[in-house]
This record gives sequence, structure tokens and C-alpha cells, in this order.
Amino acid sequence: MPVEPPVTTPRTLPEAYSFLVSDVYRPMAGGTDLMVQITGELGDQPERVLDLWQLDELRGIRVDDGALVVGALSTYTEIRRSPLVLEWLPALAEAAATIGAAQIQNRGTLGGNVVNASPAGDTLPVLLAGDASITLGGERGEREVAAKDFWTGYRETARAADELVLRTRFPLQPARTLRFRKVGTRRAQAISKVVMALAYREDGGVWRDVRVALGSVAATPIRVPQTESVLEGAAPRQTVADHAAATIASEITPIDDVRSTADYRRAVTERILHRMLREEGGW
Amino acid sequence: MVQGYRFTLNGEAVELEVPGMRRLLDALREDLGLTGTKEGCGEGECGACSVLVDGAVVDACLVPVCQIDGSDVRTVEGMADPLTGALSPLQQAFLDLGGAQCGICTPGMLMAARAHLDEGGEPTDEAIREAIAGNLCRCTGYTKIIEAIASAAEDTIALDRPSVD
Repeated sequence: MPVEPPVTTPRTLPEAYSFLVSDVYRPMAGGTDLMVQITGELGDQPERVLDLWQLDELRGIRVDDGALVVGALSTYTEIRRSPLVLEWLPALAEAAATIGAAQIQNRGTLGGNVVNASPAGDTLPVLLAGDASITLGGERGEREVAAKDFWTGYRETARAADELVLRTRFPLQPARTLRFRKVGTRRAQAISKVVMALAYREDGGVWRDVRVALGSVAATPIRVPQTESVLEGAAPRQTVADHAAATIASEITPIDDVRSTADYRRAVTERILHRMLREEGGW
Repeated sequence: MVQGYRFTLNGEAVELEVPGMRRLLDALREDLGLTGTKEGCGEGECGACSVLVDGAVVDACLVPVCQIDGSDVRTVEGMADPLTGALSPLQQAFLDLGGAQCGICTPGMLMAARAHLDEGGEPTDEAIREAIAGNLCRCTGYTKIIEAIASAAEDTIALDRPSVD
């Protein structure tokens, strides 16, 4: 059996904050990443764990003040089944459905995916393309960080050691379309080789407010501004798709690793963007 | 750091004094002696350690005991009738239709199937495949497993029973 670090289970958010101020704790939501790290003795082992599972303040999915607000402890199963997510941000439900299988989806959480900061985190491109923001909280108060500013380096985030991820806010954008695509080894239980989210608003036959976000092709989830500017103000025609696909292939610098190669990732990124544009353009 | 945790296990109250970060899998097998739940990969990939927590299927290797305090836990040992020993319809269907080969994945398959059917999941091929997508069978006998689950679902519907066991 692995060595078990000590764990504390606070019952309220203020209680959780006070633990974080008093000592260094590794916060744990559904445990689907942390338990693997402990069992496999992977990376820095936590000296002590702060179990967030009882903090009902971090549960629930609601529409509030023009935004879809997803509590940090919302599981992928809850996200997949949420009528609000299906109405306002079906791409997030699609992303949640590609993560692991039922066993993982019943425990893994959106807050965990956000703060674990894996470049392969499947929901993270949806946050980037959906202009989401992440609310952090601690004894010093709450603050909101835009998703584009949240992942600061490989597995590094804007969260301070005495803060918790409380919720993710997605502004309601009924005029925008958001598409999601994941490519992995197989449909279930696969860590992505490439994951893409594409968002746009159609305005008189051309696209505005275009976002193209990717996972698994860099040290963090990223947006690709050069590719976005090719699509901004353009229509999804074949010539535009060819140009955008060529641009994205030169804009990203993926790496070879255990799951895929840089060449494959670049080729498949180019291909799925081209295919999305063809599908949206209807040609 | 040992603490007391209380939960129900296959319908019976249990109190366990163990470190809170102990894997539910280890608590079941080592502390409670219930070895029906198997360890395959230990990293949430294979589903051999699938159990139900409050009706939802989870990998017991990824759930620490501190997170099941106050919960209802079901394992393969709770499927057969505790008085008569009669197998549940799912277990009987696996037996009748050859849904088990080496047997390592079987307890996890049964629990994933039970969660699916208890939730009112469809007994279609596609829905069953998704329900057991987190359970690997290295004998690759998926066809008979899927047939067994579909058969148990049909029997259950025919008997108009609310639950499959």
C-alpha cells in the first residue's frame, strides 16, 4: 500500500481557508489525479492533504448575472447531465463526456481539471474559447482570473498557495457557436493527443470574435492568435480554411511524448481545424 | 493520522479507524477482508476495482476513505442474496452466457453494469458499451459480457422489478 499523507476535511469554506493560511496543504477535489500521483509516487508528494469534498459551497451549476457558473466540485457526470450546460454550453458537456469513463466522470471535477493544469486537460480549451474566468478565493477575499491568464506555465497556475478555485464563469453568448473536438487513441479512457475548441459569432456572412484554443500541443492549454486573425472577419470558405490550416500548423510547436509525436499532433491539428471549418461552412 | 470513518457497506453499518487517505480499495481488501474487488492498474484506467458509492460507479483505487464517510458503498459481495446465496440476475446472466473468462474484470464489470441498469440505462449494445467503457477485459471477451448485461436487463424488465438485484 502507498504511504498515506495526513488529510483534513473542513466542513465550511472559511474553515478551509484557515487551514491554507496555517500550513502548506495540497487541496483535493475528486482525487482522480492526486490519488494516482500518491499511489504511483509520481512527482512531489503532498505533505498534507486538504479534502474539499464536503464543501457544498463549491457545488452546483447555475445561471447568474449573465453567466453560466459551474461550481468547482461539479463532476463531469453532473456537467454532462446539466440542462443549463446543455442549453448554454453544450461543448462543455461534450468535453466532459470524453474524459475517462463513468468511474472517472463520477468523481473528477471541473475545478480539479482547471487547477491540475495538465496541458491535456480536456475541458480547458473550452474555457479559453468560451472566454471563461476562474474565481479564486481565500482569506484575503475573492478574485477573478481570465482563463487566458490562468495557466502560466507547465502545470503552473495563477492560484496562490492560500487560495482555492471556487467556480468557473462562462459569459452567456447566445449568438456564438462553440465547437469541440478531441483526438485520442480510442473513444473512452484516452488522454488526448490533440483537443480543440473553436468559437465564433456570425455577422453578415463573416465570423467575428473568433477563438481557436488547443490542448496537448504546448506546455499549457493555448489560444492561437495568428490563426484566429486569419479567421476574424472571414467566411468559412475553402480558401480561408486552407490558409487557416497552414497557419495553425506553423503556429504551434508540439512535442514528441509517450502519447504521440510532434508531427502527428501538427498534422491532426491542421486536419481537425480544416474539417471544422468545412462543416461550419457547409461545403 | 488515524481517524474513525462510518459508512454502510452492502447494507451494513461499518466503522473503520484508518488513515483518511487510505484507498477505499485497500480498506475493502486489507482492512475489511473483502477481496472480491480486484486491483488491476491502480491508476483508474482498468475498472477492475469498480464499486458503487451512493449508487455511482467509481474506481476504488482513486477514492480515499475520508471521502466515503457517511456514504453507501456496494461491492460485488453484496450482489447475491445474503440469506439464500442466490445469484443476482446479472451474476446469473454472466454465468449462463459465458460472460467471465479469467474473472479478474468480472466484479468490476458487474458493478458498472449494475450502476447502468439501476439508473434506468438502456439495455442497447451502444449504451452498454459506454457503461462499461471504463472496464477493461484482457481476455477480450466483451461480446458475451454485453450479451449477459442485455439479457439481465431484459429478464429484469420482464419480471417488472425495480432493481436488478
